[in-house]
Amino acid sequence: MTDVLPRPQVAPPVIDTGVVGWARKNLFSSWANGITSLVLMFALGWVLLWFIDWALLTATFTADSGAECRGHGACWALIHEKYRYIFFGSFPYQQHWRPLFAVITMLSMLLLSSDRRMWNTRLIWIWSIGSFITFLLMFGVLHFSITFFLVVALVAGGIGYAIRSVIAQKAELYAYYAAMGIGLVGLVLRMLGILPTFGVTIAPLSYVETGLWGGIPVTIILATYGLAFAFPYGVLLALGRRSHLPLIKGLCVGFIELIRGVPLISLLIMASVMLPLFLPSGTSIDKFLRAQVAVILFAGAYIAEIIRGGLQSLPKGQFEAADAMGLNYVQKTSLVVLPQALRVVIPPLINTFIGFFKDTSLVLIIGIFDFLNTANQALVDPKWAGFPGEVYLFAAFVYFCFCFSMSRYSKHLEVELNKGTRR
Amino acid sequence: MATKAAHDLSKLPSVITLKGVNKWFGQFQVLTNIDLDVKEGEKIVVCGPSGSGKSTLIRCINRLEEHQQGDIIVDGVTLSNDVKNIEAIRREVGMVFQSFNLFPHLTILENLTLAPIWVKKTPKKEAEEIAMSLLKRVRIPEQALKYPGQLSGGQQQRVAIARALCMRPKIMLFDEPTSALDPEMVKEVLDVMIELAGEGMTMICVTHEMGFARAVADRVIFMDRGEIVEQNEPEEFFANPKNERTKLFLGQILRHQ
Ligand SMILES: Nc1ncnc2c1ncn2[C@@H]1O[C@H](COP(=O)(O)OP(=O)(O)OP(=O)(O)O)[C@@H](O)[C@H]1O
Ligand SMILES: [Mg+2]
Repeated sequence: MTDVLPRPQVAPPVIDTGVVGWARKNLFSSWANGITSLVLMFALGWVLLWFIDWALLTATFTADSGAECRGHGACWALIHEKYRYIFFGSFPYQQHWRPLFAVITMLSMLLLSSDRRMWNTRLIWIWSIGSFITFLLMFGVLHFSITFFLVVALVAGGIGYAIRSVIAQKAELYAYYAAMGIGLVGLVLRMLGILPTFGVTIAPLSYVETGLWGGIPVTIILATYGLAFAFPYGVLLALGRRSHLPLIKGLCVGFIELIRGVPLISLLIMASVMLPLFLPSGTSIDKFLRAQVAVILFAGAYIAEIIRGGLQSLPKGQFEAADAMGLNYVQKTSLVVLPQALRVVIPPLINTFIGFFKDTSLVLIIGIFDFLNTANQALVDPKWAGFPGEVYLFAAFVYFCFCFSMSRYSKHLEVELNKGTRR
Repeated sequence: MATKAAHDLSKLPSVITLKGVNKWFGQFQVLTNIDLDVKEGEKIVVCGPSGSGKSTLIRCINRLEEHQQGDIIVDGVTLSNDVKNIEAIRREVGMVFQSFNLFPHLTILENLTLAPIWVKKTPKKEAEEIAMSLLKRVRIPEQALKYPGQLSGGQQQRVAIARALCMRPKIMLFDEPTSALDPEMVKEVLDVMIELAGEGMTMICVTHEMGFARAVADRVIFMDRGEIVEQNEPEEFFANPKNERTKLFLGQILRHQ
């Protein structure tokens, strides 16, 4: 038996308060610890001093050519000279305000959607209006053909019906039927050639084709729309993979494994080289759109696997309880299963988002210049040759701002969504 | 206890009928020739050793498990693969699980109103009123806005009972509702169940709480190796078990209680 007599309680020594206390406790608690801390602090200080000297004290901020920079520190003059190209690529120089406002629009769209209070029908408005403004600015001219309106009617009616069918009033459901009906009939008539082509053209600005797009708007568009479409698509794939219907399951497994087994580069090349071979001659799909589709397909497969992990982490009892209440498959999935599964996978999901944000640079392979690639191009100018460090540091800084905010948002969302659900 | 039905049940209509039900998991037969007839308002307690198929039996009634042979008729509807039938039956049959299975991402109130709103299309406000009245009945209205993770086991199980009752079911199935609970919480859950029995609900309850069986059951069923070995009124069942296996089982659990 050990001694169980109560011992007198002693208050802990009060040295671990304030800066000195903290340092003594955490940095110099022992000789070895103290020496390690000193060495590391010295090394850090030395690197920092060197960097400040290079990046600020001896740096050149304005110059007419690279030659004037030589022998000094960082040549920020290069960035000063080239930043418009790095940000906006070959977009007509006089029109650079357009991609600038497109980027601002997209960022505000993303910022608004990151607020949980917007996660309802408002999202549809935010994204419709935001996308319209973005592409109007980027293209300058938007042509909405009748086919486009028919497809929108069909898709909107279909999605609306799928989501609301079990709860909506009769009148609302009839609206969905009507939208789907008009869309479907119209498309059939269109295909039979009965319905003439006509459309609405909005042309407030001069037309700029996607071939001239470049820089930060390209990166943001590819990543944003890539992930925005890949996400629901990945959710469907993940659900399909768990389906009891062998055909659906087989298709989903096959697709996921096929896409995951292939590098994104080869998918991009296939989209740009091979896809046109299968299309009837005369028709062509925009290169940018093809890259976008390739990104969506690729990201979708990865997102699906992450979400499947979340689905598997749910206890069987959750499914059974939902079944026992009489919820149907759609209700069970959307009200009970996905809300829980998605919470679990926020960190790996955002991790994938960050990865894809950077991976969009691979579109260079098919001749699209995203932000990293325009930065790279800026180095080609012989007048400014020889300062890759500055340009890549600058590009890295911009990427870091985006990726770090995504990472912080992931953290915030995790806390927010788990509020109250943990003891 | 005054809750027990002293009247003759045989004249009442049947709400659940099982005829020659057989079920296998792979090669393993879990249910063998189960015949069972449950009258309206009848309270049945099912007991038996672990793995004897008790859970499987009651889970077949709301088709969480599929049986392979025989007929199960619930509230006049024969169970088949027809999804409409299954959904119709699940609306009439409430179930309470051993592990509560509340939805952790929804508040208590949302847990209760989920099925009424989505399955029965009850307007939200009305569903919330019903939910609050049921929470009062299980004596935890003050927890309505908390999340399941913030409640004790006994409270969670009472919420689970209220959640099942929100659908105004004709039949309630309980699968060992108290066996995941600490001893001091068992009573609060059993009290709610006894009250419910007193109101005339048809109940099938898998439990080893013999006190509960004595207090409310019209019939106790003993299962072993997938068969109904013996069934009788509680007094008879506990006083004069006929089958050897029943005697052995009762000997074991009564020694522990
Ligand atoms: N999904 C399943 N697949 C295969 N075998 C199963 C499955 N579910 C249950 N079994 C088996 O069927 C038998 C009966 O299980 P059941 O859960 O009905 O028993 P029980 O009487 O409820 O036992 P307990 O008192 O432990 O809950 C057990 O032997 C079990 O191993
Ligand atoms: Mg069981």
